Amino acid sequence: MTDKEIAVQTQELTKIYGKGNTEVIAMRDVSLSVRRGEVVALLGPSGSGKSTLLTAVGLINPPTSGKVTINGTLVLDGPDALLNLTTFRRNHIGFVFQKSNLIPFLSARENVQVALELNGLSGRKARKKTMELLEYLGMSDRANNFPAMLSGGQQQRVAVARALANRPSLILADEPTAALDSVRGRQVMELFSKVAHEQNGAVIVVTHDHRALDVFDLIYEMEDGMIRLRPSEAIEFGKQDAKQLD
Amino acid sequence: MNLAVKDIRHNLGRFALTSFGIGMLLMMVMGMVGIYRGLMEDATLLIDNVGADIWVVQNNTRGPFAEVSRVPKNLLDRVAVIPGVRNAREFIYHMIQREHHGKPLRMGVVGLSWPLDKGEWLPLIAGRSLSQAHYEMVVDQKLGVQLGEKLRLGKETFLVVGITKGMISSGGDGLAFFTVDDAQLIQFDTPGEAVRLERASRLERGARADIGHTQPPLLERALGPSSSIPAFGPPMLSAVIATLGPSVDPLVVTSVISGWSDVSVYTVEEQRQLMLKGTVEMARKQIGLFTALLTFISAIIMALILYTLTLEKVHDIALLKLIGAPNRVILSMILQQALLLAMTGYGVAYLLGQKIFPNFPRRVILLDSDLFSLALIVIGISIASSILGIYKAVRVNPNEALSG
Repeated sequence: MTDKEIAVQTQELTKIYGKGNTEVIAMRDVSLSVRRGEVVALLGPSGSGKSTLLTAVGLINPPTSGKVTINGTLVLDGPDALLNLTTFRRNHIGFVFQKSNLIPFLSARENVQVALELNGLSGRKARKKTMELLEYLGMSDRANNFPAMLSGGQQQRVAVARALANRPSLILADEPTAALDSVRGRQVMELFSKVAHEQNGAVIVVTHDHRALDVFDLIYEMEDGMIRLRPSEAIEFGKQDAKQLD
Repeated sequence: MNLAVKDIRHNLGRFALTSFGIGMLLMMVMGMVGIYRGLMEDATLLIDNVGADIWVVQNNTRGPFAEVSRVPKNLLDRVAVIPGVRNAREFIYHMIQREHHGKPLRMGVVGLSWPLDKGEWLPLIAGRSLSQAHYEMVVDQKLGVQLGEKLRLGKETFLVVGITKGMISSGGDGLAFFTVDDAQLIQFDTPGEAVRLERASRLERGARADIGHTQPPLLERALGPSSSIPAFGPPMLSAVIATLGPSVDPLVVTSVISGWSDVSVYTVEEQRQLMLKGTVEMARKQIGLFTALLTFISAIIMALILYTLTLEKVHDIALLKLIGAPNRVILSMILQQALLLAMTGYGVAYLLGQKIFPNFPRRVILLDSDLFSLALIVIGISIASSILGIYKAVRVNPNEALSG
């Protein structure tokens, strides 16, 4: 695996909250690599450290120790940022959440467009690119609707469009299907797979939803702050299981 | 994309209501400033408009507005001959309260030195100035008297020939302008019974005195009108006012008059200060302090409103930060909203004030300079008020967007 192919790499990430008697180790020596074009699932019970890992990789919640390299650039060395995280996040990372987390006072189009404009794209170009993205995700007819006027699935599609807006090398999704029914949930997961493969980006999805595990290329499992890769046979079995269910 | 405008557009009702609330608050501040200015303007209105350069009043008094002043009529001639004085005029000022259509009619009576001063300087909105020596009056519209109406004051009836606007006493009552003689008629009006009693008293005093026995014609004279008795001077004036020639230094003239031991003399500025530092000082300070307090309270309320509006948006701010919005974008959104809110509120305050303030019993004067200063203060308040919200916004962690 060459450095160019690796979208994100973590080395022995550890995150400790509190001190003394209140000390909690949320993440222990977590190392993983995700290549461009890969869709990776992160499974595990509540409190296992999934979200801590996601926020560390998302440069929101720096680790206590360990390194984070994104797109070949070492970004975090322990809690220390080696460059401007806000700018780096804007250029390289897209986020999708459990709830769509769209800005309520912006229309679907504006929610996507704002991400482009924040990255320096002019209004007209940002609007054109936004409409292309919404078209790609089948949401162009709802472009002028406010989030409150969209269904959960439609909101997630807009959120995905926003995450894709700046063509990030890494998309992080925190339980994106939790608020959706199984059909909508699967559509969103398939969308991630499509995006990863067609746009050559890496996608890490934290999920509890075992119904759509077949779309993932790799599955990591976390427990008590530690991570392990699920064997490939198990993934293949899961895919066959999903086909039978279909 | 202007996030501040987008947010306002989406929550237009809330923005309108908040702006209206802030507008009402600012209208109160604006009103207090206007009342303060009105009080000062009313106090010095007559002094500024009558066209006098110096005021000669009773010795050791601060008359004729701050306290009662009595000067003899012949003072006019003494002042008129001082080098540099272009003309000297008699001036009468006193308050009366009568009834008009069953309601109290309180007015400041101003006597103008006929025929030198016919009241041409008065700001008339209807009718004309005085055109005869007696039985005409010009009144301010605040008195509620109509043009052409006849008012009985004392034993005489006066015809309203002109209506002025904004001619108010320092107490807020409307002014009425007469010739000096008519103003004295009203001031020294004595009922017939009082005249008869005074004449009987004179007769009694004369009968008791030797002079009454030795000079009987003198006793007979004492029964006549007061004006025909040489020993009784003519009615007193409130003040003598003088207009100086061009480029004459008022201090040169006042230095001459201040050598006279029976009168005191003031320049226009001194007369203004007597009013502002004397009669209206307490009220002026009271309103000034209350205005400052109200402005301070408005700032606190605006800060709380802007802080609450920011709190409502914490999740959206976290989300914006998460997708890479730098702090300046967030701060700009909060600041722009604060300014838009303040400016809309200011507009509401101004428009409402224009409708409401004219109905106040006392004048509320909104000077352009005051409105401009207030606008700057409001902008300052809105920026200062948004600091609390900005402080909160800066501390918002993008992580909060993930908490759902």
